[in-house]
Amino acid sequence: MGVLDPLVRLWRFNGGLHPPTRKAPSNAQPARALPPPPRLLLPLTQHVGAAARPVVNPGQHVGRGELLAAADGYVSAALHAPTSGTVVALEARPIAHPSGLSAPCLVLDADDADAWGALPAPLADWRTAAAAEIRRRVREAGIVGLGGAAFPTAVKLAAEPPPNLLIVNGAECEPYITCDDRLMRERAAAIVGGVLILRHALGAAAALVAIEDDKPEALAAMRAAVAASGAAELRVQAVPTRYPSGGERQLIRVLTGREVPSGGLPAELGIVCQNVATAAAVFEAITTGRPLTARYVTVTGAGVHTPQVVEARIGTPVADLVAACGGYTAAAARLIYGGPMMGFALADDGVPLGKGGNCILVAGATELAPPAPALPCIRCGDCVRACPADLLPQQLYWHARAREFERAGELGLFDCIECGCCAAVCPSRLPLVQYYRHAKGELLAAERERHKADLARERHGARQARQAREEAERAARLAAKKAHPAPAPEAAAPAAATATAPASVATAPTAAASPAPTTTDDPRQAAIAAALARAQARRARAAADATAGTSTDAAPGDDDGRG
Amino acid sequence: MLVAIVALTLLAGLSGLLLGYAAVRFRVEGDPLADKIDAVLPQTQCGQCGFAGCRPYAEAIAAGAADIDRCPPGGQAGVEALAALLGVEPKPLDTAHGVEKPPQLAVIDETQCIGCTLCIQACPVDAIVGAAKHMHTVIAQECTGCELCVAPCPVDCIHMVPIATTPANWAWPAPRAA
Ligand code: SF4
Ligand code: SF4
Ligand code: SF4
Ligand code: SF4
Ligand code: SF4
Repeated sequence: MGVLDPLVRLWRFNGGLHPPTRKAPSNAQPARALPPPPRLLLPLTQHVGAAARPVVNPGQHVGRGELLAAADGYVSAALHAPTSGTVVALEARPIAHPSGLSAPCLVLDADDADAWGALPAPLADWRTAAAAEIRRRVREAGIVGLGGAAFPTAVKLAAEPPPNLLIVNGAECEPYITCDDRLMRERAAAIVGGVLILRHALGAAAALVAIEDDKPEALAAMRAAVAASGAAELRVQAVPTRYPSGGERQLIRVLTGREVPSGGLPAELGIVCQNVATAAAVFEAITTGRPLTARYVTVTGAGVHTPQVVEARIGTPVADLVAACGGYTAAAARLIYGGPMMGFALADDGVPLGKGGNCILVAGATELAPPAPALPCIRCGDCVRACPADLLPQQLYWHARAREFERAGELGLFDCIECGCCAAVCPSRLPLVQYYRHAKGELLAAERERHKADLARERHGARQARQAREEAERAARLAAKKAHPAPAPEAAAPAAATATAPASVATAPTAAASPAPTTTDDPRQAAIAAALARAQARRARAAADATAGTSTDAAPGDDDGRG
Repeated sequence: MLVAIVALTLLAGLSGLLLGYAAVRFRVEGDPLADKIDAVLPQTQCGQCGFAGCRPYAEAIAAGAADIDRCPPGGQAGVEALAALLGVEPKPLDTAHGVEKPPQLAVIDETQCIGCTLCIQACPVDAIVGAAKHMHTVIAQECTGCELCVAPCPVDCIHMVPIATTPANWAWPAPRAA
């Protein structure tokens, strides 16, 4: 209880907005569990980190909850069958991603049984279980941050040293999104159970569930569930409704008054954040053995007939979600995956719901501010006052626009949470967030290239050092023989070849070419001779085909003279 | 007393300045300019510039023996970066040394490879693994796309493929300028 005592007051973060919340149509009725669609699409990457590694083959029948793809690496997440059925393909399909590109997906055709397969036994008493055992089960259940970030939960549970405080995020600050609200009203006991499990696995002294004060029903349900659990180390805290109070850094600021250092993680303050839906998924996995196969998702906007929260299987195509909510209305104009502030537009409703998908917004033509033609920045400073990350959006914008990405990086570009507050208040309607996303992408690409160049430089240097050493050894051997009258010039020649660098790279292959065949045995030599003849014939054919052939075919002939 | 303090402070300050100056003035380094140039070059190690790798080309530029427009993998952006570093006017890439290509990767058709190891000997960054008489494979993360392994292969089973854009390496495009 000690840690919770100082939390008698709340703080505030700078900036932020009060956009119209528009949560009403979708949070009025209970969440409806949807049956599985006839065909599910399951991208191997639905999380931050490495793609999952498929462990099933097309044609294989699987039960609900059976493993389809295993976590591949530390930061990765497993993928399970959301219903029973037959795996029909592993192929590239368009996924819910701002690029609109395709990525490898498992395609699962549902049977009508929707029957659970073999599941791990529930963990009878998690209160006495080792933290590592809980972490392992959370990892094997494929649980990731369900608030949208989709970061593998088990990785966050390995925080060392144990944090003081677990913050469970039920703020749900973004307009339109209501899935956590419904979940807290309907499954408060599971969330509280999950929070207690997470707190135990982390070894955190206390846990705090933060909920924006515009959700009185959720607050009441959660408080009742905490009271029923009798847990003293857990408290529900109402926080003022202001976008983006659900941002990790902003929520920590509101609850503790502390600032996560620039470029740092909350763990540095002894704090770990998890989402309420993640907590419920952990409870399910630990107490029933069921992995993550479904989630609450809001389907809303003027473009859909009956806005509501549904409990949908992971991998359900967006088109099926919209159809289950009465289909598109005549007003439907834009399809957005996520909320209106932080989501992105979908070009195609065939893409599937991923683990991190909390909202499908079908916006009407006039519902969201249209991307009106942008005007020049008038340096009004409104964006600076709105920024909850204490950045200078206007400066970031100028540098990003001038392609001075390094400069933007120095000004804290990577602390920008892409909340869109700056763009929302900008009187010139500049697409500020898009500039920041672009600048971040350029900086990351430059970083990748630099890393790759460093690696190549290092490997090239190591190779040259090795070649020089080998030449020196050969020279020493030759000198040691002293049998022949003139060893010195021979020994000196190869050494000189590596020393005068310009020729070394190109001479290496030709110099080594002759000894290689002579050391091979006869059948092998015949095979090589045959292969060479085949290649020669192919080259002759390619040459005969005039000069139409490009790059790879023409290269061998052109480059032979380089040595 | 006061005079002593002032005098000592001044003395300390002066010797500090002197040491600082000496550290800058007499710093010993490899060739700092060539290092800086080498840091800008793409390290593809392809030899298209006419030198046996990026480092020799960097040294040639530093020595004033080669112009800045000879590196096709660096492309126009690379020429501009060199120009900015050296404080000279940028110029177009000299296409006599090759043209800029999209990033690419060598792929060995393992069913055809006869295990002759010639490609290993050609690869400037040891990005190919395989033992004599066994099939060979390119380590994708380490291949610089230099094409040097393509020509030596006696059975023509190495192909250069462009690196595809996937959701994993895609980046947001720039907004239309306002
Ligand atoms: S709000 Fe828009 S116009 Fe005003 S300073 Fe910021 S970017 Fe410029
Ligand atoms: S999008 Fe980034 S810069 Fe703009 S208000 Fe949000 S955090 Fe600040
Ligand atoms: S052309 Fe460019 S990448 Fe190729 S070796 Fe020369 S400097 Fe390096
Ligand atoms: S594998 Fe081929 S293309 Fe790739 S770095 Fe080595 S020699 Fe160059
Ligand atoms: S040069 Fe060609 S045949 Fe020889 S080992 Fe390399 S890929 Fe195989």
